[in-house]
Amino acid sequence: MYSFAYYRPASLGEARALLGQIEEASLLAGGQTLIPTLKQRLASPDAVIDLKGIGALAAIERKGEALVIGALARHAAVAASPVVREAIPALAALADGIGDPQVRNRGTLGGSIANNDPAADYPAALLGLGATVTTCERSIPADNFFTGLFATDLEPDEIVTAVSFPIPRRAAYVKFPNPASRFAIVGVFVAETAAGVRVAVTGAAPCVFRLPPAEAALARAFAPESLDGLSIAADGLNSDIHAVAAYRAHLVAVMARRAVRQALA
Amino acid sequence: MTHDGIGAPLRRKEDRRFLTGRGRYVHDIVRAHQLYAVFLRSPHAHAEILAVDAKAALASPGVAAVYTAADIAGKINGVPCAWGIVGRDGKPMKEPPHPPLAAGKVRHVGDPVAMVVADSLAAARNAAELVQVSYKVLPAVTAVAEAVKPGAPQLYDDVPGNLCCDWAVGDKAATDVAFAKAHHVAKLDLVNNRLVPNAMESRAALAEYEPSTGEYTLFTSTQLPHVARVLLGVLMLGIPERKFRVVAPDVGGGFGSKQVVYAEEALVTWAAGRLERPVKWVAERSEAFLSDAQGRDHVTHAELALDRDGKFLGLRVSTLANIGGYVSTFGPNIPTNLYGPLLAGAYTTPAIHCEVKVVFSNTVPTDAYRGAGRPEATFVLERLVDVAAHELGLDRVEIRRRNLIPKDAYPYQTPVMLQYDTGDHAATLAKALELSAWSSFAERRAASAARGKLRGIGLVTYIEACGLAPSRIAQQLGARGGIFESANIRVNPSGDISVITGAHSHGQGHETVFAQLVSELLGVPCANVEVIHGDTARSPFGLGTYGSRSAAVGGAAIAKAAGKIIDKGKKIASALLEASEQDIEFKNGAFTVAGTDRSKSFAEIAGAAYTPPPSYPLETLEPGLEETAFYDPVNFTYPGGCHVAEVEVDPETGVTVLVAYTAVDDIGTVLNPLLVEGQVHGGVVQGVGQALCEDCVYDPASGQLLSGSFMDYCMPRADDLPLIVSETACTPSAHNPIGVKGCGETGTIASPATVMNAVVDALAQYGVTHVDMPASPQRVWQAIQAARLRPVAE
Repeated sequence: MYSFAYYRPASLGEARALLGQIEEASLLAGGQTLIPTLKQRLASPDAVIDLKGIGALAAIERKGEALVIGALARHAAVAASPVVREAIPALAALADGIGDPQVRNRGTLGGSIANNDPAADYPAALLGLGATVTTCERSIPADNFFTGLFATDLEPDEIVTAVSFPIPRRAAYVKFPNPASRFAIVGVFVAETAAGVRVAVTGAAPCVFRLPPAEAALARAFAPESLDGLSIAADGLNSDIHAVAAYRAHLVAVMARRAVRQALA
Repeated sequence: MTHDGIGAPLRRKEDRRFLTGRGRYVHDIVRAHQLYAVFLRSPHAHAEILAVDAKAALASPGVAAVYTAADIAGKINGVPCAWGIVGRDGKPMKEPPHPPLAAGKVRHVGDPVAMVVADSLAAARNAAELVQVSYKVLPAVTAVAEAVKPGAPQLYDDVPGNLCCDWAVGDKAATDVAFAKAHHVAKLDLVNNRLVPNAMESRAALAEYEPSTGEYTLFTSTQLPHVARVLLGVLMLGIPERKFRVVAPDVGGGFGSKQVVYAEEALVTWAAGRLERPVKWVAERSEAFLSDAQGRDHVTHAELALDRDGKFLGLRVSTLANIGGYVSTFGPNIPTNLYGPLLAGAYTTPAIHCEVKVVFSNTVPTDAYRGAGRPEATFVLERLVDVAAHELGLDRVEIRRRNLIPKDAYPYQTPVMLQYDTGDHAATLAKALELSAWSSFAERRAASAARGKLRGIGLVTYIEACGLAPSRIAQQLGARGGIFESANIRVNPSGDISVITGAHSHGQGHETVFAQLVSELLGVPCANVEVIHGDTARSPFGLGTYGSRSAAVGGAAIAKAAGKIIDKGKKIASALLEASEQDIEFKNGAFTVAGTDRSKSFAEIAGAAYTPPPSYPLETLEPGLEETAFYDPVNFTYPGGCHVAEVEVDPETGVTVLVAYTAVDDIGTVLNPLLVEGQVHGGVVQGVGQALCEDCVYDPASGQLLSGSFMDYCMPRADDLPLIVSETACTPSAHNPIGVKGCGETGTIASPATVMNAVVDALAQYGVTHVDMPASPQRVWQAIQAARLRPVAE
């Protein structure tokens, strides 16, 4: 790790002011990506701004037909929250399946989505539920938030404060883990919401994406059989030593069917 | 007194310190004014080093020294090989120099190029980034099948075709005759995948030098401190043994990777002498992936000739073995002497011929990895037996029964060098079939099928050679030293006992099991026996621990030393009891005049040895009670047995789950059943790791290691595994005085083939006849896809 200045602001305003002042600053939430990156000397920011002093950002509450989760809510807190378990059990289950207990007790919702790792689980939930990301500046629909490999619509000095998840009629997330890292090789989130059926896929491509043919088929009948014969093109999907694109394409269809079955269970 | 000798299931003495964080590993040892070493490693698989500029690094804050090949030239000799092999043409293997820091050329990603020594680890790392190395990148070759092809990149100018050695064992002519009269020939091409050893404790070394005496001390995470002292001190550094102490403190796993002697250990020692300050180096995990000797990596074609009744007539095996960029300490010996002679397995195959091309490539050197050659042989043979059974329409159990060596045929001379002493394969087979409920498998298969899963069952009947090694045989096969073991038993004046063994524990539990052995032999409570190991200043010259040798060779040395203690005790007792030495019996910890109640306890004899009473004949009998023994075994030991695995495959995803595992192992005398069970579990799991998930993958174009961390290198985890059923059988070994055979590697030797036989059985309905390891989800899915596309042959 190279040396850097460490700041722990007590308010969002203070954090934003620091971001404006420092040339190369990294925001630290749960640190599950940033800290390993620093330790491997793959990043050398001038400063690290630790957001964990901003207590108000970890709240989890139900607001009408939406579940609002603060950016600093840890995965373990989301997984264990009675509010989440009642409103969107699929989201609690997803949080409970991220990494391992150590990761879940450090990692945060805001950190995960701002990083937008192609194999992260949360992006599938945001896109699959049609969530809205709230920042210190504005609200961004999930459909516009995730823009590419490790890329989001966030401005350099913009900080995620919360995510609002519409409460679906039913939903489920099923992932196929990488045997080594247990990150998602393919993860599929399906939801039947007031705004229609949504199917989001993580892990398979450089960025989380929706699956319109599956959504259309499930809109006609929300049943696993509706996805029989669903064929996913391998073009543009990720390939690595664990899963070539053709295998990932196959797994997307299998995981989608299993997610629908689980949502109906 | 509760029995805590041979066979008692004692918990391990050493676990108290390990489980409470009080173990003392190299990393825990801190010296005043110590410096920290960091190695700059090659980012290229194959390149010429055009220039190394260390000026900026040397000027970096806190830096004490930067060393490159030029700085050590003529001062540190190359990394030696301890076991040279001889080719089928009678010529020795090609043994190109292995410079401690790459000189002129780098030959694998991770090859060390420079050593930076600084006041702190951070200062050393910062400086290492400032060392400028200019490379001319050369084409690289990592796959063994590519490395032998004409036109492949050549690692050494004087090693044409990258061929280190063209080796063979067995009678080719007799084997050809057997094939000529065969009713059927089963053939199989297979790959034995390369593995990364991944001991929990990474390698580490801390060296210090005392200028006033010229003495060096090296604390290093090794399996063989005495051997390391000779290879590092005498051969590489020119430090005589009397001035060089090597200490292996607590060592967190080795699996063979720490029976290798490494450049870093020599460089740290040398730097400590030159800088007159302690120098410490601890490998990072990513560094371990690039520098610990790796395992396996074979490509094999094998053929089995059978008669009409399924009797094996002959076996022909042709293997390409990848030994990486340099000849490692025992590297060339593993895929040859520890592989070819094991191909007889547990069967009566009368004619066998095996040829092995030992090949260099731009990869990390390979060396011993738990099982070392024997899992590879078992994998070839046991997969091939299943293929033959399938092709002949014979039951897999039946074909084995027809070919197993009968109990009354022991001692059994195989056609490939080895002479087995004892065994009862029919019994271990029957026991394993019973424990695994083999006969009711169809019901479980149907239950799985009802859930959409494919269930498969597989078995292996194996034999292995361990207890390395009879020095005479080992030297005939190229070992450059004896392979005996030493023990020193020091009976202290109060009658408690220190046992100093030349073997070394890095997880095996010697402090417990050797204490049990001495407790049994000398009739003292186990708690009164302390086992000392891992320090050249404390133990007589010993060979260390590998090849499941500690009990068979190290234990036998202890038994021999205990015999000398008893002999001397009898002499002392005869004087004290005024009886003839021949009339003294030693039993239950007491020396008794036969047929009388006149007796001296062991403690009384010890006391008399150190405080001689008037009756002690000092003129003819030395005082003291301490004996040393060196034991050289008459032969290897041959554990064997039968393992059964059951797997369930999800045909939609290719995910394979091991759902049941049964191991029945004949390991001879069991010293401690609890420790045996732990060894079998660990060994099985390590083999299951190879079968289902572990895979060391290099990018064929760039030679980069693609599985360079736990993000991509898949280790087996507790939740991947079922309950492992382990039972032992015992036909005592005739090759050592305590009848033990060894249990450290049986699991790793049998389980890869057992699991893969089950995987192929699960996929048999698709016409799949072989799957290479690991049976990862993708590979199994691809096998199913390929089978679905293939027209059904019959």
